[in-house]
Amino acid sequence: MSDEKLVGIVLVSHSATVAASVAELAKGLAGAGTAVPVAPAGGTGSGELGTSAELVAAAAASVDRGAGVAVLTDLGSAVLTVKALLAEGDELPEHTRLVDAPFVEGAVAAVVTAATGADLAAVEAAAAEAYTYRKV
Amino acid sequence: MLDADFFRRWMTVTAASVDREAERLTALDSPIGDADHGSNLQRGFAAVRAALEKEPPATPGAVLIQSGRLLISTVGGASGPLYGTLLRRTGKALGDATEVGERELAEALRAGVDAVMQLGGAAAGDKTMVDALLPAVDALGDSFAAARTAAEEGAVATTPLRARKGRASYLGERSVGHQDPGATSAALLIAGLVDAASDTEAGDE
Repeated sequence: MSDEKLVGIVLVSHSATVAASVAELAKGLAGAGTAVPVAPAGGTGSGELGTSAELVAAAAASVDRGAGVAVLTDLGSAVLTVKALLAEGDELPEHTRLVDAPFVEGAVAAVVTAATGADLAAVEAAAAEAYTYRKV
Repeated sequence: MLDADFFRRWMTVTAASVDREAERLTALDSPIGDADHGSNLQRGFAAVRAALEKEPPATPGAVLIQSGRLLISTVGGASGPLYGTLLRRTGKALGDATEVGERELAEALRAGVDAVMQLGGAAAGDKTMVDALLPAVDALGDSFAAARTAAEEGAVATTPLRARKGRASYLGERSVGHQDPGATSAALLIAGLVDAASDTEAGDE
């Protein structure tokens, strides 16, 4: 698709530990040394459970390589904060999208797909498709 | 007519009532939520108050847009983007006017409530802040006092409802019998209109 412009991935969880761990997991499963920019945005920023709009905005800016940014969230305020920031218009990089996907499985699918150089729509589709993966 | 100072007062008196009621809001949020509603809103409105004291915006719309933006960035829970969207969208609907009428405020607030319902996907009767805001907006055409009463009655009326949105919805039937904290804080916001208006009148005399 493009030379070096990979889609960036932002992982928003109520828990800083969860966001960081899922980022580590997804990058690890995508293969050692993957160039996909992945940034966690977990917790309130003061160590509590919750969502920080500032952490989300900073994470999105840090992974923006010009190919778009896919944002995956856990639930509640994480979803609402990202939606509110997107509605704001200028808080997140251009071509940032909230991806409707399960957090862990979607993050793995998104990072693996982004590593192939796929565009934002393909990354979004791969992450959303993770909903169809049944375990039983 | 309502000027920027009225809207600044509205935010300031709301900050004060959130401070006063923070423990009650958190207590309401304990059985059906995660016991942070009072402290989250307190943090958000403290930031709003501080910013307005430092440099008050010149128009009603700008006061609400700035306040909404601050709530989104400082609250840390779902009430941040919800109240933030409410104020920001209301502020945008007020435009650049330096003074607005009560009727314009009622229309703008309705646009704000619509935006909240769209963001959270909540409808009337889901046991959320919407259950206080919708009747308040309907009554706002009559008077601020009527809106306050409608919001307070709407909040009380959430008690027998079963939650269909947010964390409380996971509790199913067990959410019945508790007044919704979001509807309760929304009633504080609407009550702030009455206080802001009486402050203005006192100031004019």
